[in-house]
Amino acid sequence: MNLALQQKNRRSATMAVLLVAGMIALGFASVPLYRIFCQVTGFGGTTQRVEAMSSDVAATGRMVTVRFDSNTARDLPWNFAPERNTETVQIGERALAFYRAENMGTRPVTGTATFNVTPLEAGRYFNKIQCFCFERQTLAPGQDIRMPVTYFVDPAILDDPDIGDVEEITLSYTFYPVDDQAS
Amino acid sequence: MTDTAATPSHFEAAGQDEAHHDADHKPGFFVRWFMSTNHKDIGTLYLIFAIVAGIIGGALSGMMRMELAEPGIQYLAQWAGEEGNAALHFWNVMITAHGLIMVFFMVMPAMIGGFGNWFVPLMIGAPDMAFPRMNNISFWLLVPAFLLLFGSMFVPGGMADGAGVGWTVYAPLSTSGAVGPAVDMAILSLHLAGASSILGAINFITTIFNMRAPGMTLHKMPLFVWSVLVTAFLLLLALPVLAAAITMLLTDRNFGTTFFDAAGGGDPLLYQHLFWFFGHPEVYIMILPGFGMVSQIVATFSKKPVFGYLGMAYAMVAIGVVGFVVWAHHMFTVGLSLNMKLYFTAATMVIAVPTGIKIFSWIATMWGGSVSFKTPMVWSMGFIFMFTVGGVTGVVLANGGFTNYVHDTYYVVAHFHYVLSLGAVFAIFAGWYYWFGKMFGKMYNEFLGQVHFWLFFIGVNVLFFPMHFLGLDGMPRRYPDYVDSQTYWNDIATYGYLIMAVGMLVFFVNMIWSLVAGKKADDNYWGEGATTLEWTLSSPPPYHQFNKLPKVD
Repeated sequence: MNLALQQKNRRSATMAVLLVAGMIALGFASVPLYRIFCQVTGFGGTTQRVEAMSSDVAATGRMVTVRFDSNTARDLPWNFAPERNTETVQIGERALAFYRAENMGTRPVTGTATFNVTPLEAGRYFNKIQCFCFERQTLAPGQDIRMPVTYFVDPAILDDPDIGDVEEITLSYTFYPVDDQAS
Repeated sequence: MTDTAATPSHFEAAGQDEAHHDADHKPGFFVRWFMSTNHKDIGTLYLIFAIVAGIIGGALSGMMRMELAEPGIQYLAQWAGEEGNAALHFWNVMITAHGLIMVFFMVMPAMIGGFGNWFVPLMIGAPDMAFPRMNNISFWLLVPAFLLLFGSMFVPGGMADGAGVGWTVYAPLSTSGAVGPAVDMAILSLHLAGASSILGAINFITTIFNMRAPGMTLHKMPLFVWSVLVTAFLLLLALPVLAAAITMLLTDRNFGTTFFDAAGGGDPLLYQHLFWFFGHPEVYIMILPGFGMVSQIVATFSKKPVFGYLGMAYAMVAIGVVGFVVWAHHMFTVGLSLNMKLYFTAATMVIAVPTGIKIFSWIATMWGGSVSFKTPMVWSMGFIFMFTVGGVTGVVLANGGFTNYVHDTYYVVAHFHYVLSLGAVFAIFAGWYYWFGKMFGKMYNEFLGQVHFWLFFIGVNVLFFPMHFLGLDGMPRRYPDYVDSQTYWNDIATYGYLIMAVGMLVFFVNMIWSLVAGKKADDNYWGEGATTLEWTLSSPPPYHQFNKLPKVD
C-alpha cells in the first residue's frame, strides 16, 4: 500500500472514530437531555414548576380530583404518606396538600423525591409553586415532618383535546436516599 | 452517468508478471487461520462462525418449538433440571439466547463479516481491506463475545442460571430483576460484539471510500458495496448508543447508579428509548446487505443490469436515514401521547416508500429478462416474496392503535421472522449459493440446492404464517405455554419447523458434498449476467488479487 493511500485511510478512519465517539457522547448526554426534554414538554407526566400563579389564571368552577400517591425506595427507612388520599379542587384554583415523612431508622438520612402525574398528558398543565420535592430533606432518627405542596391545574388543560375531559389526576412521589449524605 | 454497475474493460489478470513472489503463496495453517489478515480468509472465518452460531441458535428454536408443540409445560423442568419458576426462567434464557445469537452472531457475521469481507474488496477492485489487522481483531472479538453469552447460560441470573431478560435487556428486569453475573456477562458480550462491528464498519467505510479501482466512482459501485457502505454508517451511528445504554445498565447493576431506576430519579423508559434508537437501525443493518446481494443476484440471473440503479442505491440511503427517526414504534404501549404516536406511525409508514422502490425495481429487473431459475435466483425470489409479506405486516404494525392490540403477541413474532428469519436468512442462502463456487472453487449441487430451497420455503411459511393467527388470537410472545384453543395453529407451526429442519439437513449435506466432490468452478460460472469484478478472477481467487489494479470505465 502506498504512503498517500495509507494517510488517506488514516484520515477516513479518524473521521469514523470521531463519529463513534460523538455517538457514545450523545448516548450518555441523552440522560440530561431526556430530563430537559421531559421538563419542557411535560413528557412522561413531568409536572411544571412555576414561581407564582400568573394573574390571568383563575378558578374555573370545573372540578378535578387529585389523588396523592407515595412510594419509598427500598433502602430508605422512612414512613412517607399523604395526609389525605384525595382532594377535589377546581381547575385553576391554587391548592395546598400535605405529606408526612418519618425517619424510622437509627441514623439521620437525607432523601429527595422524584415525581410525576398520570394521566401522563396532564404533566404539562400540573403546576407546582412550592414543593418539598424541590429540595433535599434531612430527617433525624425518629423525626416526623409535615411537607407542603402548593399546586394548581392550568385551565389551558380544558382546551387540550387529548386530556381536556380529565376527571382525576394522580400525583405520585417516590422518595429515595441521596447518596453523599446517606451513609 | 450510466445506469449500470461497473464492468471491467481493461482487466488484466492478477499481475503475476511483475510480482516477485507467487501471488497464491499461503502461510501455514496456524498463521493463515488464527493470525489472518487476508480479507477472504477472514470472510471464511466469519461464515464458519455464523454457521456454528446458527446451529446453536437454531437448536434453541427447535427446543422452544418442542415445548410449544403442546399446551402445558412438557420439557422445561427436565432441561432446566429444576422445577417451578427456575424452570420457567430457563424459557426466558432460551428466548434471550436465541434472539441475541441469531442477531449478533449469525445474521450480522454472515452478511457483513462474511460476504462483506469476501466481496467488497473484490467488487471494488481492491487488493484487500484498508486495515487488514483491524479486520483480524474484528473477527476475534466475536469469539470471546460469543463465549461470554454462551457461558452466561451456566451462571446465576436471577430465578436460576442464565440471562433471562430478552434480547432487549429492558430495565428494571435487567437491573434489579436479575441478580447474578449472567446478565453482566451477556452485557459484556454485547459490548464486545458491538466493538467488533464498529471496527468492521470503520474498515469498510475506509476501504470503500479510498480503495476503489481507478474509474469506479461511487455511482458505479455494485449495489452490494453500496449496501455494505450504508450498513457500515448505520453501525457507526447506532452501536455506540447501545454501548452507552448497556454501560448504564452495568453501572445501575453494579455501582449503585440509578439511570433507569425511578427510585433514584431515573427513568426505565429512557432505556427503551436508547435501546430502540439502536434497535431499529439494527434491523436495517441486518437486512440492507441482503438487499445488496439480492440486487446482484437478480440482475445476474435476469441477464440484465439492475433496474433503476441510482434509485436502488439511494433507496438504501433513505431507509438508513429514516430508520433513525422511527424507533418509538417499538414502544407504542408505554404511554406515548397521541401526537407522538401519530408521528411515529406516519414516519414508520414512510419507510414503505423506499422499500417499495426496491421491491418494484427487482421485479422490473426480472421483467423481460432472460431469467434462469438457478438456486441463488429462487432464494432471491423467495426473499422478495417473504420480505414483502413481512413488510406488509410491518405497515400494519406501524399503526399505533393496532399495536395496542397485538403488542408482544405472536403477530409481532410472525412479522419480524418474516423480514429477518425469512428475509435476511433467504438473502444469506442466496448469497451462499451465488458465491459458493467463487469462494471455495467447487460448485454446489444444483439439485440439492433446489430441494433445500423448497423444503425451507414451505417449512418456514407453514411455521411462521400461523403465528399471525395466534397473535391476533392473543397468544403472547415469550411464554412457554398457551391456552388449549391455540393448539391447532401451534401444531401446524410445529410441522413447519420439522419441514424446515429437514431442509437444513439438505443444506449441510449439500455443503459437505460440494466441498468434497463438487465440480471445479470456472472463473465466471454464471456467464454473461455476472458482470462485477469478482467474476474476472479465478475461483477461488488468488490469495492476493489485483496487484495491478483493474481499470473501470
